[in-house]
Amino acid sequence: MSDMDPQHESPSAVSNRSMEIIVAAVTFALGALVISDSLRLGIGWGDEGPKAGYFPFYIGLIICIGSVVNAVLASLNRKAGSFVSTAQLKDVMRALVPMVLFVGLIGFLGLYVAGAVYIAFFMRWIGKYSWPKVAGVSLGTTIAFFVVFDLWFKVPLVKGPLEALLGLN
Amino acid sequence: MCIGALTSQLAQAAWEPTKTVEFIVPAGTGGGADQMARITQAIIAKHKLMKQPMVVVNKGGGAGAEGFLDAKGAKGDPHKIIITLSNLFTTPLAVGVPFNWRDLTPVSMMALDQFVLWVNADTPYKEPKDLVAAVKAAGGKMKMGGTGSKQEDQIITVALEKATGAKWNYISYKGGGEVAVQLVGKHVDSTVNNPIEAVAQWRSGSLRPLCVFDAKRMPYKTKITKDMAWGDIPTCKEKGMDIDYVMLRGIFMPGGVTADQVQYYVDLMKKVRETPDWKEFIEKGAFNTTALVGKEYADWVAKEEARHLFLMRDAGFIAK
Amino acid sequence: MEELQSLMGGFAIALTWFNIALMFAGIILGVLVGVLPGLGGANAIAILVPLTFGMAQQPGGQVSAIILLSCIYWGALFGGAIASILFNIPGEPWSVATTFDGYPMSQQGKTGQALTAAFTSSFIGAAVGVLLITFVSPVIAKFALKFGPAEYFAVYFLTFAAFIGMSKGNPFKTIVAMMLGFALAAVGTDTVTGTMRLTFGITEMLKGFDFLIAVIGLFGIGEILKTMEEGLAIKGAEGKLNMRVVWETWKELPKYWVTTIRSSVVGCMMGIVPGGATPASFMSYGLAQRFSKNGKNFRNGEIEGVVAPETAAHAAGTSALIPMLTLGVPGSPTAAVLLGALLIWGLQPGPLLFVEQKDFVWGLIASMYLGNLVGLIVVLTTVPWFAMILRVPFSIMGPVIIVICAIGAYTVHSSMLDVWMMLIFGVVGYVFSKLNYPLAPLVLALVLGDRAEENFRNAIKGSQGDMGIFFDNGLVGTITALALILLFLPVTTAVWAKVKPK
Repeated sequence: MSDMDPQHESPSAVSNRSMEIIVAAVTFALGALVISDSLRLGIGWGDEGPKAGYFPFYIGLIICIGSVVNAVLASLNRKAGSFVSTAQLKDVMRALVPMVLFVGLIGFLGLYVAGAVYIAFFMRWIGKYSWPKVAGVSLGTTIAFFVVFDLWFKVPLVKGPLEALLGLN
Repeated sequence: MCIGALTSQLAQAAWEPTKTVEFIVPAGTGGGADQMARITQAIIAKHKLMKQPMVVVNKGGGAGAEGFLDAKGAKGDPHKIIITLSNLFTTPLAVGVPFNWRDLTPVSMMALDQFVLWVNADTPYKEPKDLVAAVKAAGGKMKMGGTGSKQEDQIITVALEKATGAKWNYISYKGGGEVAVQLVGKHVDSTVNNPIEAVAQWRSGSLRPLCVFDAKRMPYKTKITKDMAWGDIPTCKEKGMDIDYVMLRGIFMPGGVTADQVQYYVDLMKKVRETPDWKEFIEKGAFNTTALVGKEYADWVAKEEARHLFLMRDAGFIAK
Repeated sequence: MEELQSLMGGFAIALTWFNIALMFAGIILGVLVGVLPGLGGANAIAILVPLTFGMAQQPGGQVSAIILLSCIYWGALFGGAIASILFNIPGEPWSVATTFDGYPMSQQGKTGQALTAAFTSSFIGAAVGVLLITFVSPVIAKFALKFGPAEYFAVYFLTFAAFIGMSKGNPFKTIVAMMLGFALAAVGTDTVTGTMRLTFGITEMLKGFDFLIAVIGLFGIGEILKTMEEGLAIKGAEGKLNMRVVWETWKELPKYWVTTIRSSVVGCMMGIVPGGATPASFMSYGLAQRFSKNGKNFRNGEIEGVVAPETAAHAAGTSALIPMLTLGVPGSPTAAVLLGALLIWGLQPGPLLFVEQKDFVWGLIASMYLGNLVGLIVVLTTVPWFAMILRVPFSIMGPVIIVICAIGAYTVHSSMLDVWMMLIFGVVGYVFSKLNYPLAPLVLALVLGDRAEENFRNAIKGSQGDMGIFFDNGLVGTITALALILLFLPVTTAVWAKVKPK
């Protein structure tokens, strides 16, 4: 996190203060959700002792109160800096978007194939490695995973059309 | 070895698994169902009763709903079997998950698990009526420890309350072994543990059995303690409390499988039950050895379902 | 010394070439299993149980079988520290506290030191635990019986108190983070009443949030997002790559003898209780941070912050084995499978095991000494190798870690929803750590939350609403009082510091 890094001088994408308030709003909403379900379950004392909502109700309440305090503290803070600059945000998205695509692909290709594709993509796109290296690492690790999880430990992972074709599932 | 050879001959014509078989346990590790699943797996591996490997997978989330929904979702998959306990009936009723045993294909009953009324050996209660009198006198303060909530242990407790008019304070724990230890430590006053959960503490002289919740006494004559065998425990009916409750330990498959596939597992489980290892396990756990297959099994399950519906409704355990 | 004699007998049984080979095999397998988050120790042992079935029926074979399985257990305990230190991904709940200082050390290029400290402390903790069970195991078993719901709750409360009083920064963020952890722990079946909570009718939510999914996301994925933001630089990749680092670290470790002793005591207590290794590691970390003169530097890569939780976790993990064998109550899923294996071999865990199966029990205890020694040797030789992994560029290691994380999250319940949850937790972890919301209280509450709640409710149900149950007897009263003192100590010292004349 050195200040010399040119990336860090790019304009702020979102300020710390707005991010604080957004997070506080989200935690408040979660707290409210917990409270609403607790009320449904009952927060008093029943035949079975304290009812199922007894504990979560107070937890939700504390979350809501804490969130309000956090939001107020954040809005009072005038010195709050940048949460993330546009350049940083771009870098984070470069990791996050492929990650989401990878998880999305698992359902179609199975975990092994999706994993191999993802590793290859990441190495090529971010690391700019040569294709033979990319192929070697992505296939090598995937096969290693297959051997460890599927063959040795018999852990059932999501399989896709390729495994079905090869008769591996 | 020779059993193995026999197996391959018998199974030649019919269907056989072509990949790893997943054996689902709708409960956590270490419990009664888990133990039975794992010993079944161990016996199959040792005697080479199946060519493909078998893996035990615990899916105990949501009082077993996780496992049942998984089996329901695997319609037509012949490489999945599931062992059940009473939560086959109680979970859908108490939790309200969209599942019924008719979503599955009954394969075979392996055994029935007994329930015994236990007290700490240091207490003066020698007969069920002594305990009941004390519970009545305490006015709801005496504690009954059990596994889970709105499941078999609590159903029996409610049945006991109905039969005797006494009122217990039911405390639920996560596992049967823990319940037995809580009784030894006197944190609860009585339990309805399965024999296998409490046998170690009984043998060491910490617990005392009062009666068994079955229509007739257990058949095992081998002495467990110095002067008692499982068969020496009277039934609760003999002692004036007409309650019988046994728990299913049975195997099911997902729905939509072929008769061939069901038959394979019926035969497999039959072979398991014929091994000496299984017989030893059954005797140690003092199980009721009733084993049904096919229509008889399905009828039995249907009858039990109706009974649980009645018991649960009576106790007010049905999800609203 | 009857125990010493029995122990020697045990060594005579355990010390065969075959058994030693099994120890090596078990430890190596266990380490592998401990490193990869998708493979729990429980899984590995369960797979080997059928294999040991035949083994256990030979004369003396039960000892060999338990040696193999228990060494997987030790190996997994050792291995848990590796992923925590290298990648900030704790594979088991008791490794979480190891990440707090282990991962920063690793980022500063002190991977070798962190690993050596972790392994050595684990070994010392385990050794203290084994010594304890060799000489006082009958007492331990009696002590464990004293624990009812109120006592359990008091122990969890003590853990929270020891750990929480320490947080720096905005206390409201700490509170919100911790309460979110409790709320996540509450999702799924309520064990006391059997009803479903916070599932909002979604069947996939029935099983609740597993600790592993939250931790992989918050710690592992969150860390990767932060690394990307900081421009892909892999920090401090130049660790020393030879065995000399082991000696150098060893020379440094005796300085922390107070922490080691304190952590061993905490660990043994929690193992006996049996509160388990997870509370032990958190409690020990909290106490070390509070009482060590280096406490201020904790969370920034302080070696003492690795020593404390590792020592305690292993002391607890080891001493917990005896209540497990004598009472038949497993303290973790791994222990449950181990216990199930005994039954399958025809052994009955329980009070009489020590009387009827003397050879087996003492063979096991002897193997615990040997197994841990073998474990230490094996893992120390791997230190340079693991340190080298960090030299692999991030653009290769990053995606591989993410695939491992996805596998790990999926295997918990074979559910894709969990993998998506892991990603969400990853974003939460990134945002929270940038805004200084502490993640540790959240994870602690998630791990212990439902146990704490269950025991609290069972306790006051048993007492019919009387809170006096938490001061009912000397034992529970002492623990509760200790917890209250620890909780309010920071407040009182702060007030005192202000009032005190300068």
